[in-house]
Amino acid sequence: MADNQDSRRGRQFFKGNLKSEDGWNEISLRGRDWEQSYRERWQHDRVVRSTHGVNCTGSCSWKIHVKDGLVTWETQQTDYPSNGPETPDYEPRGCPRGASFSWYVYSPLRPKFPYVRGELLGMYREARERLGDPVEAWASIVEDPEKARAYKSRRGKGGFLRSSWDEVTELIAAAHVHTIRKYGPDRIIGFSPIPAMSQVSYAAGSRFLSLIGGVPLSFYDWYADLPPASPQIWGDQTDVPESADWWDASYLILWGSNIPQTRTPDAHFMTEARYRGQKVIVVSPDYAGNTKFADQWLPATAGTDGALAMAMGHVILKEFFVDRETPYFGEYARRFTDLPFLVELEDRGDGTWRGGSMLRAEAVGDTGEHAEWKTVLIDSRNGQPVVPNGTIGDRWGKEGEGKWNLDLGEVEPELSLLGSHDELVEVTLPRFDGGETEGGTTMVRGVPARRIGDRLVTTVFDLALAQYGVSREGLPGEWPSGYDDPSQPYTPAWQAGQTGVDAAVCEQVAREFAENAEQTRGRSMIVMGAGTNHWFHSDQTYRSMLSLLLFCGCQGVNGGGWAHYVGQEKVRPITGWQTLAFALDWNRPPRHQAGTPFWYLASDQWRYEKYGADEFTSPAGPGKTELQHTADCYAQAVRLGWTPAAPALDRNPLELADEAAEAGVKPADYVVEELKAGRLGFACEDPDDPANFPRILNLWRANLLGSSSKGHEYFLKHLLGTDSGIRSAESDPEHRPRDVKWRDEAPEGKLDLFMTIDFRMNGSCLYSDVVLPAATWYEKHDISSTDLHPFVHPFNEAVPPPWEAKTDWTTFNLIARKFSELAGKHLGTRTDIVTAPLLHDTPEELAQPGGIVRDWRKGECEPIPGRTMPKLIPVERDYTQVGAKMNALGPLVEKLGIGAKGVTWKPEVEVGELGRRNGIQREGPGEGRPKIETDIDACEVILSLSGTTNGRLAVESFKVLGARTGKELASISEERIDERINFRELAVQPRKVIASAEWSGVESRERRYSPFTSNIEHLIPFRTLTGRQSFYVDHQWMLEMGEGLPAYRPPVAAGQMTGLGGSPEPAEAVEVTVRYLTPHSKWSIHSEFQDNLHMLTLFRGGPAMWISENDAEKAGVRDNDWLEVYNQHGAVSCRAVVSRRIPDGAAFFYHSQDRHVNVPISEITGHRGGTDNSLTRITMKPTHMIGGYAQFSYAFNYYGPCGTQRDQLILIRKRQGEVSYQ
Amino acid sequence: MKVRAQMGMVMNLDKCIGCHTCSVTCKNVWTNRRGTEYVWFNNVETKPGRGYPVDYEDQAKWKGGWELDRRGKLKLKAGGPLRKLASIFYNPDLPELDAYYDPWTYDYDKLISSPASDQQPVARPKSQVTGDSLDLNWGPNWEDDLAGSAEHAVHDPNFRNIQEEVRQGFEETFMVYLPRICEHCVNPACVASCPSGAMYKREEDGIVLVDQEACRSWRFCVSGCPYKKVYFNWNTGKAEKCNFCFPRIEAGMPTVCSETCVGRLRHLGVVLIDTDRVEAAASVADDKDLLDAQLDLMLDPDDPEVREQALRDGIPADWLDAASNSPVYAMAKKWRIALPLHPEYRTLPMVWYVPPLSPIESVGAELIRDGGDEENIFAAIDQMRIPIGYLASILAAGDPEPVRLSLERLVAMRRYMRDVNLGNEVRPSIATEAGMEPHELEEMFRMVAIGDYDDRYVIPRRHGEVSPDAFTAQGSCGIDFANGAPVPGVGAMTGVDAPDPYGGALASASSGEVTERGALAQEAPDPEFDIRDLLVKRHPAETAGEGDHA
Repeated sequence: MADNQDSRRGRQFFKGNLKSEDGWNEISLRGRDWEQSYRERWQHDRVVRSTHGVNCTGSCSWKIHVKDGLVTWETQQTDYPSNGPETPDYEPRGCPRGASFSWYVYSPLRPKFPYVRGELLGMYREARERLGDPVEAWASIVEDPEKARAYKSRRGKGGFLRSSWDEVTELIAAAHVHTIRKYGPDRIIGFSPIPAMSQVSYAAGSRFLSLIGGVPLSFYDWYADLPPASPQIWGDQTDVPESADWWDASYLILWGSNIPQTRTPDAHFMTEARYRGQKVIVVSPDYAGNTKFADQWLPATAGTDGALAMAMGHVILKEFFVDRETPYFGEYARRFTDLPFLVELEDRGDGTWRGGSMLRAEAVGDTGEHAEWKTVLIDSRNGQPVVPNGTIGDRWGKEGEGKWNLDLGEVEPELSLLGSHDELVEVTLPRFDGGETEGGTTMVRGVPARRIGDRLVTTVFDLALAQYGVSREGLPGEWPSGYDDPSQPYTPAWQAGQTGVDAAVCEQVAREFAENAEQTRGRSMIVMGAGTNHWFHSDQTYRSMLSLLLFCGCQGVNGGGWAHYVGQEKVRPITGWQTLAFALDWNRPPRHQAGTPFWYLASDQWRYEKYGADEFTSPAGPGKTELQHTADCYAQAVRLGWTPAAPALDRNPLELADEAAEAGVKPADYVVEELKAGRLGFACEDPDDPANFPRILNLWRANLLGSSSKGHEYFLKHLLGTDSGIRSAESDPEHRPRDVKWRDEAPEGKLDLFMTIDFRMNGSCLYSDVVLPAATWYEKHDISSTDLHPFVHPFNEAVPPPWEAKTDWTTFNLIARKFSELAGKHLGTRTDIVTAPLLHDTPEELAQPGGIVRDWRKGECEPIPGRTMPKLIPVERDYTQVGAKMNALGPLVEKLGIGAKGVTWKPEVEVGELGRRNGIQREGPGEGRPKIETDIDACEVILSLSGTTNGRLAVESFKVLGARTGKELASISEERIDERINFRELAVQPRKVIASAEWSGVESRERRYSPFTSNIEHLIPFRTLTGRQSFYVDHQWMLEMGEGLPAYRPPVAAGQMTGLGGSPEPAEAVEVTVRYLTPHSKWSIHSEFQDNLHMLTLFRGGPAMWISENDAEKAGVRDNDWLEVYNQHGAVSCRAVVSRRIPDGAAFFYHSQDRHVNVPISEITGHRGGTDNSLTRITMKPTHMIGGYAQFSYAFNYYGPCGTQRDQLILIRKRQGEVSYQ
Repeated sequence: MKVRAQMGMVMNLDKCIGCHTCSVTCKNVWTNRRGTEYVWFNNVETKPGRGYPVDYEDQAKWKGGWELDRRGKLKLKAGGPLRKLASIFYNPDLPELDAYYDPWTYDYDKLISSPASDQQPVARPKSQVTGDSLDLNWGPNWEDDLAGSAEHAVHDPNFRNIQEEVRQGFEETFMVYLPRICEHCVNPACVASCPSGAMYKREEDGIVLVDQEACRSWRFCVSGCPYKKVYFNWNTGKAEKCNFCFPRIEAGMPTVCSETCVGRLRHLGVVLIDTDRVEAAASVADDKDLLDAQLDLMLDPDDPEVREQALRDGIPADWLDAASNSPVYAMAKKWRIALPLHPEYRTLPMVWYVPPLSPIESVGAELIRDGGDEENIFAAIDQMRIPIGYLASILAAGDPEPVRLSLERLVAMRRYMRDVNLGNEVRPSIATEAGMEPHELEEMFRMVAIGDYDDRYVIPRRHGEVSPDAFTAQGSCGIDFANGAPVPGVGAMTGVDAPDPYGGALASASSGEVTERGALAQEAPDPEFDIRDLLVKRHPAETAGEGDHA
């Protein structure tokens, strides 16, 4: 530094004088040049906007700092459009996990080149050389049992060799061609979850699969994040408020959702809302991160939340409906819920009745269109039954046009028949707090009933009061004597026995919750999540919690309602995205498969059942339906068209089409004939037949094995054919399926090709045959959105993909082109027959009236595709054009239209604009169509075809919906009709989306998104049977389960191992048996980031299990000791975290703990210690397979069995011997 | 009165979600490199707990900070210059590496490169320092969320000062997240401890730095700092510490930890300090008076007299405007909701904390059954489960009153704003009973609840134009190759005509000794030394023979 002026520096504030007055401070004037080095450290060459395509709901926009050609670090963007001056803003958004991402970019964990396991690559190279044809080369390996066994049994055990992109894409393409040729395209499976987190990257693989007839699997239900209660109640997959709407709530219950930990960037809205006078209640079994913010903590025992909610419902019904009717609540219940609707009572023959079907219009003499789909209520003005507007009977027919709305006109729905009743009768109701089986016992309580024709009916409301145990003068039956009666469900004192929560606290919180809602017209909110949702009976738990919101008129109100936060990321530009992702522009329908039943069969977990689905049926149910082995339930659900199946039939669908052509009949007719004749079956009826194996698994944006594979060890053994730690025996003969075929020898290694695309060498990569190096989130273009904030924003390429990494978009295009090349010789153009279920939001949801199960296989009806069985749809596939079709927007967009939730539009204008923006394809099948060559082109397709990002389409969507409802809706988004959000704009700043009929909320510049506000404010029906929010669901299977109404069902106790057992039997040691809880991690997002050194450093450096101080003491365990944790499904080796914030009897093991970092050999299995899912198994609830019935109709990720995992018990012991890693 | 501008920070612990984003972004920007693997300029601790480094709050053990001698004179707890001189090759108060943690990594490459074997490959932990396999048993956040509470949390030194019994069972559980950076103290013990004169406090903003060219590796700053926020870089052999992101602050940008705080709990601003009264403030007899003494040093930026003197002392007008809008001044002094961390260390720290509210104790159920306060749906301060005495031990030298006042004001704000929120008639009495005017509660609400970016961070920018050759510098800034123009000035913010005073004295000592110590420190330790050698209590130079250095 040349200039002394610049080298002055203060020491203790001295300036001007040498010393301060008190002599304490003096100045030093040494040079300050050196400060420049910290300044240079901070400087950078470029800052690029990108985000993290990780499966969380953050969707945070980040500044990626680039210096010297390297990504150096990331910090959060702070430039989100404002929420206005009265609400906190969204800046900043991010969390420590996201902040640590740059560690991955150059880390030694990153696969930098394509890899293939040595055994396979050697055989392939040899065969390729010998046979000259890649497809024949592949066939020669996989069809040779010895060769196949040789490479499959090596899976997971190292030995990768570097390959080239040319070689590896050829191998992959050859495998695909061979599989389609020999087994059928529906044997090719793709798994990639949560498209919202990187929409083009998801679409890359799913578009390829959809063009070849492959099968993308669902994930939301598989992850157990889907709350089945949402489709059951609302006919909606999930729709939730953005986090800024928490600010609008004045009473907030955080219930099973640890917001600071799992909604890190959003948590501030909660902490800040408290300053606005919001009261916060936390219900959690442990003293969690969010408990810190509570005014009151209700430490309910894990899994008992439903009991607490039911008791709160008891208090609210009694004090706000029966003791006095709260005007706001009553008005809301009448208009927006099914509480006033009539339910038929069925005679049980023991002097009591039970709730049956909802009364239909037919019963009151209506013979019009869809009368069997119209439900009935009593008009209190004249006591007459009436069919109001807005039931599902108005949704699809001609007569319903303009009538599908919640306009009641003059009608005043009657909530209770008490007073106008003909009889007071006893009904038998389910209770699950005792009994020999999981089905529990019964209780008898009275309801007022009326006769309508030959039927005895009551209202849903009257039934609900009986269910909740809220007595009224004169009603027969057994009722609680008061809040303090511990013997009768569902009093506060009764719940105390279940949950451990003080009865007075339960009562007080229920009352406050309702008082607040009354005073604010619904601004009481419940944030709920995995803690209450990852259970076998989560739908019941959720229904009991959601009922509180419906009783209090909170749903569809800003600051009120449910806020379900687990796995619910929202693809805001949904229409454009699904068009691109499932190649709806080229062929329909796509092959979608429900994830959970797929894995259940594919990994042969069905062979280990210890009880049947009948374990769960209630003695209060009608007892008309036999629910046997879960696999049988699934096979029936498939057969009846309820839920999808892939692989679908036990023959190659291409061959079936050929046979039909040869026979000169339509493909569907041919398949029906073959099925009827018994010559053809469903693949799910014989999952262990090699003809029915899934053959290829393409994994991208996912860590199946290290994260979501419930029953992980079963995956290893049966699907992959490698070493596993299963400790359970297969089912005894009496627990085997009746319809599904049992083969004595269980297959091992069903998959021929397991291909994973990733930038981390994680658990899935370790077990894959082929690993492809993926570009990270800082090396590609894509778009992101979530439901926690109302913006859409981009990924951008901060640096080009390093080494040989490629974007998912590029990778699947390379594979597609190579595939088309090889297909010329081996496939050509073929007809495929797609077996598809009856779909929600289409007229198919009216397929099976009354919710009555009629099985054509049993002769109960005729097999009619699309009505009593799946649709069978021929699709022509030119396999030589797959690569070309990837790169052009196909013609079905305008020809058939696109849309969401039953609302369809034809975007001719937008296709024209896209052609001008992206350019026009000049040759091939897409000649004259807009190009989709680059990932940015793909982003533009998504943005321009969706209402949320295109104002013209938003208005269009409301016009279409307005025509059906007879309401003027276009004005909802009129103010933004001119907006067209494009990719370049996103790079400048996140953009707020536009209100559209694709979603259910009204939103604007300063109005927060809250679900169903458009239903409430514009009288748009819910997409359910009654068109209202449903308390009562009358499908036969639901009634068999005793789940017509919300009820408390405790965690599943059946089939648990609670002492030493399994094989091999562990040596004697002191152990404790505890509930196994797998909350989302503080240091990772699922398995992502958990191998990141920063995250590992910030806690214990590897897998760790939290246990209570008392349990630790019992097992002789101290903090940081090594543990062996096991049950019949496998074993985990990890460290102990002993803490007083954990309740006795439960252990917390962050979910998705992979097995690749700091995991020793388990002394119980002798293999590498397992993942969190080594202790779980898939158990499916049959009611999640229901279909063809109103809101109980299938849609991808909308309804389906959930892969739950919290009902497990585990045994914990201190590791006995030395820790060994090899 | 002599006025200096001092950057300060307030962290609202009542909003802290314990996410550690601040730690990670800070680490990425500043200490993600060889020699600083174990260094977290910003870390977050779960309290009760022992902290990072372990038990740093236990000054009986570490002897950080200041104390009053028998005559009431302020002195370093570790002893004056003579004791330093005597122990210059053996600093008995220096934490060893284990007190922080042995930084580790994993043999990640094995996952890809492992040959075919019988078992699935795995990445094992190994030391970043030695490369040897490591059995992990301590880390920088080992106690997160009360992990290992029975073995660790019970040793929290803050429990020692609490009279009432603190129950430690599941039902009584509580926790507090405590994010920590350097306190950029007004009376920094680290600066006073440095034998080389390498540490200094910047005159323009009070940021405390270690001159990387002047540091001679003595590490007395490490032991002298009671917060243990000066670290030793074993690769360079220099001390390093949180620099308050001065390169960003100079540009008017918040520190990295602040801007990336997704809890939105950090506030940055300038306070005006009367530097003539620093020693007096730090020397008040009773620890419990230190808070008021320090608040007293904070001058009212709207007082015309203060403004006039500040301008005279060379503080630019826009800095005074910033001081007027300072969230730090408002929260600490106007509203008295923010409190200093361990004021009893007498360093006059400049990172302040709003204490957290907490859930009602489990015995609350009985209170509810008995009726309780119908009108108020929030619990009273005394029903909350974090013992006030515990917070007072951390934030108020054991005096419960300032903590109580802060919590009462937070609760008053919630009650008052609930009426506004619900459309009820507002009750000014709620504010006045808490000693505030309604408009003050509303202003406080806007700050802590709405907290817009520009309200959370009020940061005046560096005045580059005061460089004597700004006109030239404009064209050549950033160019420093041979024959290039001079690099534009750094740090020279005020008064181009000021003389160039020369100092060199330690804050706590006469200048004569400094010269000697400067001579002592001429030779730096060999940077090739293993960290274990450098961080253990014995100075490596000792083995080479003291004579070489003396």
